[in-house]
Amino acid sequence: MQLKTFPGGLHPPDNKQWSAHKPIEDCPLPEELIVPLGQHIGAPAVPCVAVGDLVKRGQVIGEAKGFVSVPVHAPTSGEVIAVEDRPHPMGRDLPAVVIRADGEDAWGDLPAPLDIAAATIDELRQRILSCGIVGMGGATFPAHVKLSPPDEKPIDTLILNGVECEPFLTADHRLMLEESERILSGIAVLQKILGVRQTFIGIEANKPDAIELLSRACADLSVEVTPLEVKYPQGAEKQLILACVDREVPSGGLPMDVGVVVQNVGTCAAIADAVLRGIPLIERIATISGPALVEPKNLRVRIGTPLRKLVEVCGGTRVEPAKIIMGGPMMGMTQLSLEVPAIRGTSGLLLFTADQVSTRPEGPCIRCGRCVRACPAHILPTTIAAYARLDLFEEAEAYNALDCIECGCCTYSCPAALPLVQSIRYAKNAILAKRRKV
Amino acid sequence: MANQLYLSSSPHFSSGESTDRLMRQVIYALLPAAAVSVYMFGLPALVTLLICTLASIGFEAVCQKLMGRPRTLGDGSAALTGILLALNLPASSPWWMSLIGAFVAIVIAKQIYGGLGYNPFNPALVARVVLLISFPVQMTRWTAPAPLSLSFDSVTSATPLGQAKEAVMLHGALPADLAAGFGDFFLGRMGGSLGEVSALALLLGGLYLIWKKVITWHTPVSYLATVVVFSGIFWLVDGTRYPDPLFHLLTGGLLLGAFFMATDMVTTPVTPRGMLVFGVGCGLLTVLIRLFGGYPEGVSFAILLMNAATPLIDRYTQPKKFGFVPEKA
Repeated sequence: MQLKTFPGGLHPPDNKQWSAHKPIEDCPLPEELIVPLGQHIGAPAVPCVAVGDLVKRGQVIGEAKGFVSVPVHAPTSGEVIAVEDRPHPMGRDLPAVVIRADGEDAWGDLPAPLDIAAATIDELRQRILSCGIVGMGGATFPAHVKLSPPDEKPIDTLILNGVECEPFLTADHRLMLEESERILSGIAVLQKILGVRQTFIGIEANKPDAIELLSRACADLSVEVTPLEVKYPQGAEKQLILACVDREVPSGGLPMDVGVVVQNVGTCAAIADAVLRGIPLIERIATISGPALVEPKNLRVRIGTPLRKLVEVCGGTRVEPAKIIMGGPMMGMTQLSLEVPAIRGTSGLLLFTADQVSTRPEGPCIRCGRCVRACPAHILPTTIAAYARLDLFEEAEAYNALDCIECGCCTYSCPAALPLVQSIRYAKNAILAKRRKV
Repeated sequence: MANQLYLSSSPHFSSGESTDRLMRQVIYALLPAAAVSVYMFGLPALVTLLICTLASIGFEAVCQKLMGRPRTLGDGSAALTGILLALNLPASSPWWMSLIGAFVAIVIAKQIYGGLGYNPFNPALVARVVLLISFPVQMTRWTAPAPLSLSFDSVTSATPLGQAKEAVMLHGALPADLAAGFGDFFLGRMGGSLGEVSALALLLGGLYLIWKKVITWHTPVSYLATVVVFSGIFWLVDGTRYPDPLFHLLTGGLLLGAFFMATDMVTTPVTPRGMLVFGVGCGLLTVLIRLFGGYPEGVSFAILLMNAATPLIDRYTQPKKFGFVPEKA
């Protein structure tokens, strides 16, 4: 059978064998949790606790500020020992609430469970907002915003993103295998809010067990499991929509422009917890892997847990890591230290050894066209990058630099080791900065 | 630990593909054709191959030294240009002609433009055409194939394309026994430049490159298909004056050009659609020059002319960007 997919892209070695068969384990609580107030795209939350306050698990410690923002909750019970700037995975110091765990892990007052059938759509949306649900695929876009499409953009399709196309990562895979009922409950909530006609779960064909399990579980529901070709970046929203329902999101547009809402399966499970149990987003499943690690694992991690703790739980390192990546190897961010905390967008933590760090010297572009063929946005990475290196941003924009989804396929495939996506990102920032100024 | 950590922006992985690996693969792919040339034309062929290759590497090294550029002999591109140049020369090329060819290819057609990646024209083809125009006698003194010959005193013969052209010019019709030589053409028993004689060896090399994903099918297939269709039309109109498509495929430098010269990454389009346009253009020009031009062979001129059009082709064959919505009428 021809599996569905999108044109372009490539297939890096997936390296999922290290953790794909490891059941989800609970990561023990650390002594201190560093909970950043900005863990989502949009305005960071505003702290509503002070040093010395005792907090309970699930209690709001930062309030949402603005529409594209969500509150932040205490991941466990304990004492607030600092409200200050701390190193953040984004690479600089940002406001955070630091909690010393009391070991009780006692729940605070949680909102009452909602009955999906009886609750109004507004109540459901409000619950998703108040529980701090954000997109957990890594982009951390507040979920309630996606679930509030304007009236003139009718939504008829819901797509659950279970693709997990980044190499090494297996967190979504384990979630689908072990906790599919959470996903199915979440789907019911999403279907009610959006009033969709059809629902798909897109899963890459390298997870046949998850495809089979969910297909069986969805047999009676109006949910279709769509096996997808193993190809990166199959999990990119627009590429996923094209593969599942053959609709192309217009350049500069959003999925809602073609009547689709996409949610990651992890987000969907978190939505189920929020609605059916009143539990806010204070933990997530993350894959801890990479060749420098003793024992790769899939861990259920409290938000705010320092990365060092995750490494310890996985038996520590075999060799000194040369590169620490939060997220996947294609789009994740390198980290300066293991002292930064896991956040809502932490889908993985990867430790690489020195021999895996590519330090090949850049060569001249030989115009081989590999980046052009791999680009899922169908732009010319080498041309745009060449303009970007000369600071010719108008030309870069004319060559559709802003359509770049920063998947990194171009840099990955470049035989001359040119940092193509990095140059394009630089051009995008310059173009957007100029637009803001005008 | 912190000062030993690498920081970089994503992606953190690469395919491991490298420029020198690509160049090496092309060199490997040329080995069958080079081996056939040495078998057919003997020691002189080997000497020409060695002079061109070593001289190209030497000129590259000297240029990089004089121009203060980083030394990049390891990328294999100079060696590849040297081999391609040799394969474009007659076996009996005098040593000084090989030397001049290497100089033109590396110094004039490549390094002066900025080195690898910046040259607009295929260096080996520039050198071949310069030599063809400057030394027409030496460049068209074809050695007759004499397997495993060690002698430098060779019997000369015309190329099949040259014979066909001459016959049409003198008698107004092709020689009658044209098709008789197809088996020899396929295996390489014909006069011609080193690398164009064996269709079999070139096909093997070309398919190897496609299999290894060094090149894509776009350029060779569109090039060869265009030659077959376009020359086929003339052949159908008047089969006594115009050779059939198979003759075009098997003789001259067409296969060498289609698989190894028109696919030169630096000087040809980067987009798949651009490669198709490029191949079609090469095919049309090749047939036109072969049938109506002053030279019996047109591959080099066709590819160089299309090299000149490459920036234009790239501009007009940009892929339709994802999410491109045409203006609604």
